[in-house]
Amino acid sequence: MEQLLQQVASGLANGAIYALVALALVMIFVSTNHINFAQGEMAMFSAFICWQLIHWGYPFWIALPATMLFSFVIGVLIERIILRPLHTAPLLSVVVVFIGLLAIFHSLAGAIWTHTVKPFPSPFPNFSFAGSGIIGPHQIGMILVAVLILALLFCFFRFTPLGLAMRAAALNPTSARLVGINVDWMLALGWGLAATVGSVAGVLVAPVVYLEPNMMAGILLYGFAGALVGGISSPGGAVAGGFIVGVLENMVAYLGYMLERATGFYLIGNGEKLTVALLMVITVLTLKPSGLFGHVTVKRV
Amino acid sequence: MATTMTTGTDTVDRAVSARIDARRGTPWWIWLGIAFAALLPLIGGRTGLISNFYFLQLSLMIVYSIAVLGLNLLTGFNGQISLGHGAFFAVGAYVTAILIDRYEMYYLATLPIAMLACFVVGYLFGRPALRLEGHYLALATFALAIAVPQFLKYRHFEPYTHGVQGINIFKPDPPFGMPLSPDQWLYLVVLACAVVMFIVARNIVHSRMGRAMMAIRDQPLAADTMGINSARTKSITFGISALYVGLAGALHAIIFEFVSPDSFRFELSIAILVGAVIGGIATLSGAVIGGFFVQFIEKYADAATKWVTQIVHLPIELEPWTIYGIVLILLMYTMPMGVAGGFASLWRKIRPPN
Repeated sequence: MEQLLQQVASGLANGAIYALVALALVMIFVSTNHINFAQGEMAMFSAFICWQLIHWGYPFWIALPATMLFSFVIGVLIERIILRPLHTAPLLSVVVVFIGLLAIFHSLAGAIWTHTVKPFPSPFPNFSFAGSGIIGPHQIGMILVAVLILALLFCFFRFTPLGLAMRAAALNPTSARLVGINVDWMLALGWGLAATVGSVAGVLVAPVVYLEPNMMAGILLYGFAGALVGGISSPGGAVAGGFIVGVLENMVAYLGYMLERATGFYLIGNGEKLTVALLMVITVLTLKPSGLFGHVTVKRV
Repeated sequence: MATTMTTGTDTVDRAVSARIDARRGTPWWIWLGIAFAALLPLIGGRTGLISNFYFLQLSLMIVYSIAVLGLNLLTGFNGQISLGHGAFFAVGAYVTAILIDRYEMYYLATLPIAMLACFVVGYLFGRPALRLEGHYLALATFALAIAVPQFLKYRHFEPYTHGVQGINIFKPDPPFGMPLSPDQWLYLVVLACAVVMFIVARNIVHSRMGRAMMAIRDQPLAADTMGINSARTKSITFGISALYVGLAGALHAIIFEFVSPDSFRFELSIAILVGAVIGGIATLSGAVIGGFFVQFIEKYADAATKWVTQIVHLPIELEPWTIYGIVLILLMYTMPMGVAGGFASLWRKIRPPN
């Protein structure tokens, strides 16, 4: 029983990261209809920036805001410089540009910081409490920070005029432009915010998976799956989807382990859990193509 | 997604010009090029101008062209995006390798079996994927690309696949005591396969089936109204596309003499997609350019990186992928419809008025 709880708890902690990545993907998707395949590598690059700042002797709680600011600027610059000329380009061209960005971030990180795996200190104090056996302090920290970011974003979009303008620009660009919203800058701002959210995900997950240029590849895939399961058009759904995928992944491995212990037959292990989790996600999508929380779009003929 | 790929008038233009092309047949200079390519082992090989290593490189380039062509039939002509065609490549390669290694079959006889197996896998995958569109299909195929290498490592298949170690097979000698090296002979085999597959693809595209494929891509609703069975067409297209990529995989296994799960990682799927887009989506000639791009860009990116590092004296040592990424972005800026599309539009601007 305790083992099961442990698996659920660590699934939730991983799910928090997937939720953040999913949210970053959705934020770019709702305003531009593009899936940013470079999101994971951008987050990885941010995690390296944070590591570098800590390495230079800055405390973590100064390095993190600095990293977030840096990521925000990078996100805005990518939108303004690289994607601006492609607004009318065919979708596949944009996909290839994202793949190009992925290659650039990946290789630059490798060139600057080498491919050796680096430990990343956990920013959360190590203390013991009643449930210590089930969930570690870093995992609790991951969940708390993720929830905090989500709450902040919710308040930003719900209660500030700028958030309202961004939602308007995403929902109906033409009308938004007519009422005086600078839609182009709203898109860039959306990119900046997505990059910031992604950078938090990268920094939080770095102590778990260790820092190296490949660290975000699987996480991006889980985030993508989470975003689609929750419904790619709904930010709340994407967050829920991220948590669902996180728990699901751990459950698959756990059940496979229990089965092997009970019957001696090896069916699913750690090697297969990604595949099985993805198959489940795709099954959900074939049955409910708009995702669990997405709204069905009606096409006008 | 499908409608954003081409603007309305452009599609009509292309459909019209495609019909004219079909009537005209293949231009003579393409046949001349193929004849020249077929004589290369005699011209270059015998005189020693082209080493066996280069024949291997050329064969790989042609193999990737076949794979890019397969993806192009699906993505370019039918509008279904796939990030996972490396999976079919792997299936084709493994079917051939297992048949040769375990059942000691003649290598050419394994090709049709590999193609058939891939058609079935592709059709079966395409059937449920019908409900998925755009990004959802991208995720499903992405998952396929991740899943297949893991399946190849799966513990209960190890007697067949040899797990992570992979399978070694041996290059066949040319038949009838032909005065060719194995690499030169395989180059000819690959070239012959490619010529046949390109002719078949051209005929498919110009046939009733091909027009149905393109109609579904451009106007799914109108296509349904016209009586096209779009579910059937889409899943058959998926199967045909997988068949092409599977053949490429099978040929790759034979010329490479080795298969392992790690040769078919996710990067292969991305490379095939990039090849299709860079070459020119929805064009047959684009597949050749795409194959060239897949095979040679890494090498040239490596050389270019060394050159840049020498000239600029950067404090860090650049990696080839940086140049690769920059090349991708610049190509998409200058030629959003790929190299073949770029040249076609350039030709439309400068051709003599008729």
